[in-house]
Amino acid sequence: MPEVIRNGRVEADAWHEAQILTLAQWKERRGSIAPGARAAVRLEPADDPAELAADLDRLQLVAINFPKFADGRGYSSAVLLRTRHGYRGELRAVGDVGRDQLFYLKRCGFDSFALAPHRDPHAALASLGDFGTRYQGSVDDPLPLFRRRIAGRAARG
Amino acid sequence: MYRYDSYDRQIVAERVAQFRDQTRRYLAGELTDDEFRPLRLQNGLYVQRHAPMLRVAIPYGILSSTQLRKLAHIARTYDRGYGHFSTRQNLQYNWPKLETVPDILAELAEVEMHAIQTSGNCVRNITTDHFAGVAPDEVVDPRAFAEILRQWSTFHPEFAYLPRKFKIALNGARSDRAATFFHDIGLNFVKDPGGAVGIRVIVGGGMGRTPIVGHVIREFLPWEHMLTYVEAILRVYNRHGRRDNIYKARIKILVKALGVEEFARQVEAEWEATRESPSVIPQEEYDRIAAHFTPAPYEPIEEPVPAFVHALADSRAFSRWVQRNVHPHRRDGYAAVTLSLKTTGVAPGDATAQQMAFVAELADRYSFGELRVSHEQNLILADVRKRDLFALWLEAKSAGLATPNVGLLTNIVCCPGGDFCSLANAKSIPIAEAIQARFDDLDYLHDIGEIDLNISGCMNSCGHHHVGHIGVLGVDKNGAEWYQVSIGGAQGLESDPSLGQVIGPSFAAADMPDVVEKLIDTYIELRTPEERFIDTVRRLGAAPFKERVYTGPEVAHA
Repeated sequence: MPEVIRNGRVEADAWHEAQILTLAQWKERRGSIAPGARAAVRLEPADDPAELAADLDRLQLVAINFPKFADGRGYSSAVLLRTRHGYRGELRAVGDVGRDQLFYLKRCGFDSFALAPHRDPHAALASLGDFGTRYQGSVDDPLPLFRRRIAGRAARG
Repeated sequence: MYRYDSYDRQIVAERVAQFRDQTRRYLAGELTDDEFRPLRLQNGLYVQRHAPMLRVAIPYGILSSTQLRKLAHIARTYDRGYGHFSTRQNLQYNWPKLETVPDILAELAEVEMHAIQTSGNCVRNITTDHFAGVAPDEVVDPRAFAEILRQWSTFHPEFAYLPRKFKIALNGARSDRAATFFHDIGLNFVKDPGGAVGIRVIVGGGMGRTPIVGHVIREFLPWEHMLTYVEAILRVYNRHGRRDNIYKARIKILVKALGVEEFARQVEAEWEATRESPSVIPQEEYDRIAAHFTPAPYEPIEEPVPAFVHALADSRAFSRWVQRNVHPHRRDGYAAVTLSLKTTGVAPGDATAQQMAFVAELADRYSFGELRVSHEQNLILADVRKRDLFALWLEAKSAGLATPNVGLLTNIVCCPGGDFCSLANAKSIPIAEAIQARFDDLDYLHDIGEIDLNISGCMNSCGHHHVGHIGVLGVDKNGAEWYQVSIGGAQGLESDPSLGQVIGPSFAAADMPDVVEKLIDTYIELRTPEERFIDTVRRLGAAPFKERVYTGPEVAHA
């Protein structure tokens, strides 16, 4: 059974690829899928996450596909889903995903990662923690370092 | 200048460890070339013609003498004893070994330096006015804002895989020495009538294959929104910039395709949704950073300074150097000095390890231990007492750093070109050297007056040929190297920014000194007494210049 990194651990994947619908399939079938049924959608880089905004509370999983890891549109899609549209379910990076992207992906709100098949998810776990501190705010921590610097100075008096 | 605290040190140390592991995995065959490429590029490491090239970031061009000594040490230990200062205020090593790059990065970290995001499709090193903080025409000191942007852009998780590279330049003076109209984003710091600081936001300028003068999309952005607004621009670009064709992937193409108004509308809409965020810059953070850029401990000095006035009267060579290479300062009794890296016979911007160590010593003795790199590829001591200028000149002269040619024809801006760069179509350094050799008469150079000559070895325009008053571009025609010439470009220093116009078919390398000489002869004959080269070109157009260059049998062109 394929494995994914989820919430910082390697787990068996609870989803089969066929269960994850494309945006077009979702729009076509959403009326016939019972509210409360398990549902998942995969966005391509050019898909507008706003098209899912009204349905996010029906989805247990949103996957964002990276056909090539150098195509960074999915990072902005993730940020918009997590912030503008308030999505709280599982957000998964799929496709050409490797360990050297994990830290940035996690910061943008991904909490699960299906690495390309030839890549070892166990070895990749270490890269989730490549950096212990960071300058700018993002989904994982909206406070930029300067806010924490100020708080630190206030605490020290 | 900005000094790291424990957070900054930790971030850079973690980067060194990360890249050491990435390099180990690559050398062990665990990462393919394609997988390693963007990782090494985001650490400034290119694979070049002879060896890897490592580009070290010099944030907004400011260096301490300690840092420059470290750069000299690295040049000696890991390279062939020299480095190349680039047109983006960075330093490039042309001969490091891949296996030693993690060690070089560790050495850089010791002096609070790095090579983070000096290449790759990400936000690059932030650049600004090389006279920031000392220029008399400065309205707002941009250095603290540049450092805030440096921190914000470092490892920004959302914008590490943009469609293409992304360059931001800041300017806070009346003259635009940072070429803000030719960057992906240009930020001009201004004051409103009430004295509040704001930003005029320019987007979509650039050189390269499709040169475009940038567009103002917001006249006055309150400074505390700098990060939220830049983030809105980058989000629109990251989502909608073209990724199917690298020649059409820069933000300027998106701005052109959408139209400036529509692009600005999308940015404003994105910003409206995000402007009230923790990323709004608190006054306290601005003050913390700005405290690193307080004025040097100047002594009160009365003008005129007698020793300086006497030296000017006594030495023609000194006064010529002062005229070209010494610049006004906001404090009485002080001046800023350009140490020229444009000696004939040396590649423009190259400095040996000995020269670097020597300049570090000059900075310690004459300029509070600090210096700047200009985008014209020279080094600058920003805070020199006028009474010390003569002694400094003598010392600089002895090290070959006092060529009195700033603003003149031989102060050529030039990329490394086909001698070093695998992207180049043609060599650029030998062209620069041949032109410098042709115009070796100092009196004549001064008579020609102010003129910018820029040479790029390919369309990537690292030599900024589009904004040269005379621009030279290396092109490849059926495997041979040819040179296309344009005139009338200007980066917007003392006049409006403009792009040069190509005058006609390209020339062979051997003819380039003749071509430049004919352009200069035409100008000398047609100029009015007050006109600089660029003024004459603007008044008369390119026609008389073209006519002179293309008549006569001796010039072959393709």
